[in-house]
Amino acid sequence: MVQSLRKIPLYLIGLVLLVFTGYPFIYMISTSLKDQSTFFERPFAIFTTIEWGNYADVFQMGLTRYFLNSILVSVAAVVAVMLIAALASYPLSRMNFRFNRGLFLLFISGMMLPIHATLIPIFKLSQNMGLYDSLLALLGPYIAFSLPISIFILTQFMQEIPKSLEEAAKIDGCSHFGIFWRIILPMLTPALMTVFIYNFIHLWNEFIFALVLVSSPENMTLPLGLQDFYGEFSVNVPGLMAALTLASLPMLVVYLFSQEKVVKGLTGGAVKG
Amino acid sequence: METAEVTRSSETTKVVRQAKKKNMRKLVTISLFTAPALIVYLVYVVYPILSTLSYSFYSWDGTSDKTFIGLDNYVQLFHDAIFWTSLTNNAWVVMTSVFVQIPLGMIMALMLFAPIRGIRLFSSVYFLPFLMSTVAIGLLWVYMFDPINGIINQLINFLGFENVAWLSDENTALIAILLVVVWQFSPFYMILFKAAMVGIGEELYESAEIDGANSWQKFFHITLPLLMPTIVSSSILAIVGSLKAFDIFYIMTGGGPNHATELMGTYMFKQAFINFNMGYASAIAFIMFLIALVVTILIQVVDYNRKKKGAF
Repeated sequence: MVQSLRKIPLYLIGLVLLVFTGYPFIYMISTSLKDQSTFFERPFAIFTTIEWGNYADVFQMGLTRYFLNSILVSVAAVVAVMLIAALASYPLSRMNFRFNRGLFLLFISGMMLPIHATLIPIFKLSQNMGLYDSLLALLGPYIAFSLPISIFILTQFMQEIPKSLEEAAKIDGCSHFGIFWRIILPMLTPALMTVFIYNFIHLWNEFIFALVLVSSPENMTLPLGLQDFYGEFSVNVPGLMAALTLASLPMLVVYLFSQEKVVKGLTGGAVKG
Repeated sequence: METAEVTRSSETTKVVRQAKKKNMRKLVTISLFTAPALIVYLVYVVYPILSTLSYSFYSWDGTSDKTFIGLDNYVQLFHDAIFWTSLTNNAWVVMTSVFVQIPLGMIMALMLFAPIRGIRLFSSVYFLPFLMSTVAIGLLWVYMFDPINGIINQLINFLGFENVAWLSDENTALIAILLVVVWQFSPFYMILFKAAMVGIGEELYESAEIDGANSWQKFFHITLPLLMPTIVSSSILAIVGSLKAFDIFYIMTGGGPNHATELMGTYMFKQAFINFNMGYASAIAFIMFLIALVVTILIQVVDYNRKKKGAF
């Protein structure tokens, strides 16, 4: 009895934190299922009405297009990053040469970099290359700014693969590229998974490059599209909440099904360092 | 005698040539492997930073010809009260990250090891905010903070107090946004601390218990010291991340009201893409770069000394 009384403060703290972190989600989802009048009259009501109309409205406003754009540009950039970063990490982690350390530092220092320091030149660059206001304009900066963390994760992982493996391969007459492709890359799968998850989630949520490099609605990614909705839906709060719920859904579903992987992926580089 | 010398020297040249050839091949291999990454990185990171520096010496609207004005942008920036406000606000974000987010993250992680039921539910829900996109978070909280219909004011009303115009009041806007920042990022630090706490051996606590230590003593004498490396690396991440803050402020207030929540990032964005003062914006951007650089170097130096001393 005394034991369980002592635990009351613990439960209290646990519950307060639970409400703090969880309630905004409940509020978002339950409001998205209300009609306008219920929203005004019964702000605290949770799941008393289920009104799917808001979701239909959101789809009519073109949310699907934003979804497709986001998927397209995030997947394309992440796949390119996985390949390019893995290639670069190979000599950086497994070969001795003069500028090795310098090159490595040049790449990973990008993690500290404020995007703002590159914004105007990249904006001008996209105009000069004729890419402004297209998804292609986002690809370059997305790849470049994903490289630092990816190279950081992959070099750490590659350093731990024993050298003896590739020495044997070298004796068999395997080239460096052969070693990379046939031996290193297959062993890299868990690290590449981390790189994929980390970068995909970050690019899926990326806002400032999209804000600067894209202007017409048909090329907007999801975060930019949501911000656009904000203007259109400012009086229809349940409608906006439906859009927010839909936009958050993919991440929440993926998280529900593979919590461990997502958590590891998101904190990938940091936990180890 | 002479012939022997000649053969030897020719052999040396042969060896040297072979070594050179091998070196050449190695160089080509390294170049091929690193070229794609290096090219993308030079085009989209290194070149833009240098351009930003050069733009910052010009007066420029982004389309017509640039006018060279030397350091005028920097001089103007130095006398710009809004810039100083934004710098102060950035400092507030840093302070909140280090002194609120990290301790809260640690408390959340400690909760996950508490001897109570429902830990799995707690840990799943606690992490949720970190998964949501910043834009979605910003918009959600804008409505929760709404002066009339927002759920927070409804609650305040219900308790019998006056409405607060959270985001449109200069005195409360910054606090309101910082609360959201804490909401979003504490789960991240929770995971870092959780990972570190898993690594602390159970036997340490058991032997402390035998010596009659209570929970507080165990926390301050075992857990906290062993978490020190995580606290340091979390602080680094928090400081660097805070200097880059932009999205949530831009979405929730756009730096207003009356610059009360202005950050270097939002101020730079407005100068560049709303007022088209590209030169002035470049100066702000380059200052942001310099601050990040100095902070990074300072952290490296401190970290190096810490490791050399073997502390923690």
